[in-house]
Amino acid sequence: MEESTWDLVRRSLLPLAQGMLEGTIPLTALSFVFGLALALVVALMRLSGVAPLVGVARFFVSVIRGTPLLVQLFLIYYGLPSAGFPLDPFPSAVIAFSLNVGGYASEVIRAAILAVPKGQTEAAMTIGMGRATTLRRIVLPQAARVAVPPLSNTLISLVKDTSLASAVQVTEVLRAASIIAGPTYEFFLLYGLAAVYYWVLCLVLSFAQTRAEARLDRFVAK
Amino acid sequence: MDGNGRVDGNTAEAPLLEVRGLQKSFGDNHVLRGIDLEAPAGSVTVLIGPSGSGKTTVLRSLNALEVPDAGTVRVGDVAVEFGPALSGRALARAGARLRAQSGMVFQSHNLFPHLTVLENVTEGPVVVQRRPREQARTDGLALLERVGLREKADQHPFQLSGGQQQRVGIARALAVRPQIVLFDEPTSALDPELVGEVLAVMKDLAAEGWTMAVVTHEMRFARQVADQVLFLDGGVIVERGTPSAVLEDPREERTRRFLQRLIDPL
Repeated sequence: MEESTWDLVRRSLLPLAQGMLEGTIPLTALSFVFGLALALVVALMRLSGVAPLVGVARFFVSVIRGTPLLVQLFLIYYGLPSAGFPLDPFPSAVIAFSLNVGGYASEVIRAAILAVPKGQTEAAMTIGMGRATTLRRIVLPQAARVAVPPLSNTLISLVKDTSLASAVQVTEVLRAASIIAGPTYEFFLLYGLAAVYYWVLCLVLSFAQTRAEARLDRFVAK
Repeated sequence: MDGNGRVDGNTAEAPLLEVRGLQKSFGDNHVLRGIDLEAPAGSVTVLIGPSGSGKTTVLRSLNALEVPDAGTVRVGDVAVEFGPALSGRALARAGARLRAQSGMVFQSHNLFPHLTVLENVTEGPVVVQRRPREQARTDGLALLERVGLREKADQHPFQLSGGQQQRVGIARALAVRPQIVLFDEPTSALDPELVGEVLAVMKDLAAEGWTMAVVTHEMRFARQVADQVLFLDGGVIVERGTPSAVLEDPREERTRRFLQRLIDPL
């Protein structure tokens, strides 16, 4: 019996949703959190003024920005096993995307830290704060305001970049679509449907960005 | 001394603040060429001079926001000898020890925008000095009362006028219970009608016995409040003495010309 287009769409909604909930979203969330932590470390290394740390940070950012994400993913997934560290697809993808976010976001965080006026640091020093306390209590809360729009860009790019994980057999939205599209030859329909899933997730994140910006802008004179 | 930097009665001991042979260059620009000064506890020292004279650099050397190339700074029982031998971690530690002796009020207030007015004042006592939060809160509110801003405690700095912001800056500086309070042109960035409220607070502090070092162009304040006035030009102290001596009967031609320009800029 011939399956109607509508039936195919209905049959696909759940597997794609599953790909989103079990693949795309956790992959994005984990990679973003680990990536931001790494980015902060790299940004602080670059700002440390200690030559070896600055050098390592610059080298890392250069490699991450100068090589394709898909190649980075392959290097981790296929390369680490041959070096004696076999990894499952999902953790491989989390590592690759975290490193990638770490490289890009470190530049955002560095710029945001530099955007906080020097007088803020000086005022913190005059009430007795050391460098770490000044960073945590005074500089980072203000840098966050500057960093939210560009970091939202990074996050939204990451959502879409996670589709590359389908190339190392992680079952996320795109791979779920491929699995259904293969036997039916309905590539246009399934990939179109996958695109809608990504788009909706990005819309939600854009909305969250607007909220976050409004929240962080509360205390600043317009 | 009651531990708040205030002094009851006269003390005949060493001056609270003592500076010897301060030197500082920014590249080829020799901004401090041997500065000596001292100030007894409870006194008000006013530094005046044209822009580029080094007065702000002197003030910022007292808490090591600017690191002198040579010379010593002593505040209370913390003395630091600057020079090539003092660098890296040792310099950072020495600077921190000096800063623990003082509070500072900036030209552009530098209040923390993400904290409330009260949090700005209690941040140092709570986070740095580890005083109990409730105690710091009570003390903070008392300080805000002191500068007439008790009712602004829960607002954020951007909601305040320039003069109010600067008064919060003063409360924040006092909250860490410094030996000496440094004022770096505290009224220069203010609209003229807001200058008075800030100067009034500073005048009260002087009357209470706080030790203060003030860089300012407010000659009326200097005349009424200062115990000593230092006129700087070209990185040296050209003339020093009581306000009436320096401001009304200056011996040096440079001092006279500077004061003349203040009175009659055209």
